Amino acid sequence: MSELGQIVQKVRSKNAGPFWLTIDIFCGSSEAFEQVSKGVSTDRVAALFRADPAVVKRFDIAALNVVKFSLPRPTIQGARDDRDMHGAGWAALVAELDIN
Amino acid sequence: MVRVLVPSGALGLGYDTEALDRAIAAGPDLIAIDGGSTDSGPSYLGRGVSKYARESTKAEWRGLIEARAKAGCPLVIGTAGTSGTDSTVDWLYDITVEILSELGQSARVARLYSEQNPDAVAKAALTPLSGAPQVTPEDIAGCTHVVALAGAEQINAALETGADIVIAGRTTDTAIIAALPIARGCDAGAAWHGAKIGECGALCATNPQSGVILVDFDEAGFTITPMAEGANATPHTVSAHMLYENSDPFILYEPGGHLDVNEAHYTALDTRRVRVEGSVWVPSETYIVKLEGARIAGYQTLVMAILRDPRYLANLDDWCADILEKHRAKVDERMTLDPGAWHAELRVIGQDSNLGALENRRADPVELGVMAILTGPDQATANTLGKLMNPYLLHHPLTREEEQPTFAFPFSPAEIDRGAAYEFVLHHVMALSDPMEAFRLEVDNV
Repeated sequence: MSELGQIVQKVRSKNAGPFWLTIDIFCGSSEAFEQVSKGVSTDRVAALFRADPAVVKRFDIAALNVVKFSLPRPTIQGARDDRDMHGAGWAALVAELDIN
Repeated sequence: MVRVLVPSGALGLGYDTEALDRAIAAGPDLIAIDGGSTDSGPSYLGRGVSKYARESTKAEWRGLIEARAKAGCPLVIGTAGTSGTDSTVDWLYDITVEILSELGQSARVARLYSEQNPDAVAKAALTPLSGAPQVTPEDIAGCTHVVALAGAEQINAALETGADIVIAGRTTDTAIIAALPIARGCDAGAAWHGAKIGECGALCATNPQSGVILVDFDEAGFTITPMAEGANATPHTVSAHMLYENSDPFILYEPGGHLDVNEAHYTALDTRRVRVEGSVWVPSETYIVKLEGARIAGYQTLVMAILRDPRYLANLDDWCADILEKHRAKVDERMTLDPGAWHAELRVIGQDSNLGALENRRADPVELGVMAILTGPDQATANTLGKLMNPYLLHHPLTREEEQPTFAFPFSPAEIDRGAAYEFVLHHVMALSDPMEAFRLEVDNV
């Protein structure tokens, strides 16, 4: 068992506009891509953000060794309860997922 | 073939001047640069101001105006001044006039205005996009600024005035790059795809900070060439840029249709350049533009304290909850405020201030910061809420029995007035019968 962040090149989260968040997992190799693609379910990612799995978009892009998730932003950018204007901090939650 | 020079991802981020000189020597047909986005939050749109210093903007814009004169081609900036309101278009226009005068140059300058009347938008038929907040016509009418995102048609209308310099209000990031290739008959799929890849300058290549790239468009595809020493575009760096700040890496919605890159193929021409073909533009039946709006959500005052006592650190959640309760009682007792008209929050920096309730880790800290955020209907009220919070953050004891503690205040006065806090209101689209219906052009010979 290891952390996802330790087996991939980089996990990045960014705003995709003020109302959406997008998370890119750059796996760095086809082996790591296979491991992430099979080992990380959409449900687990949705649970990190307390989001409905049905609204989470998922893209497994083998050509780039990237797994991408997009979901409505947990808080609207800049709203009173928002804590991270550029949405970069949420990547840590995904990077810290346990993976077999 | 149409050659577009993109100096960097945004005016204010800087660019490699040697790479810019090489790109100018390559004979571009257009220099295009983005001037903003919503990424820095609602305050810039809400106030209609730029995020970057006038000094930085002027220094970089001067370099591009000089480059334009050397290249003898038009220079276009989209979303001028971060938010692309009328005020930021005029702000950059004033800087432009100043620079042209200092350089002893004359130029034809077109201003494309994207700002909308909030009252009119409140009455218009709008369609919410996925993830849009619930809004009433009153919410929209209450916006301090509303802008519509211009596409290729409006940029081309500005270029067709014969302008040397186009200062555009809010546009999509891609429109300023895609417009000219579309007008000159290049493939529309290639134009929008190349524009999306090129919109952040050299971010689609190695050495991403170097900025300058060339995008060559033709009737079959486009070619990306980074211009800085040691900067290379590869099929991987180019195709990976479709992921960037994009919720769907294969579909991109623009005014008048959408781009589909599912069938696009990326080929290395050599170690530096990448060729892309196979992107498809799908026109829509109605011409729709996206809207952005921001309004004042309240006024804020901050108060900060730093705690280093291990006993307080171990019991900080209780300490904060107790303070919020006592502060609320004091506000109710001493101020005549409707309970729904104000808000107090304590954010613990060093514990969960980034992720809030989603944080799932905890470590033993040496110290913690407590940031009180007070929100009220006006600044004076927010400041009073802060003044009522101040004694608690300075002296509140964990137990009644202990000697009165004192915590670290980094500032005097402790209350920091933040001014108006803005919020985004619109994530909607509006149909237009004519692309220029919601936009205005002004042209001056300077």
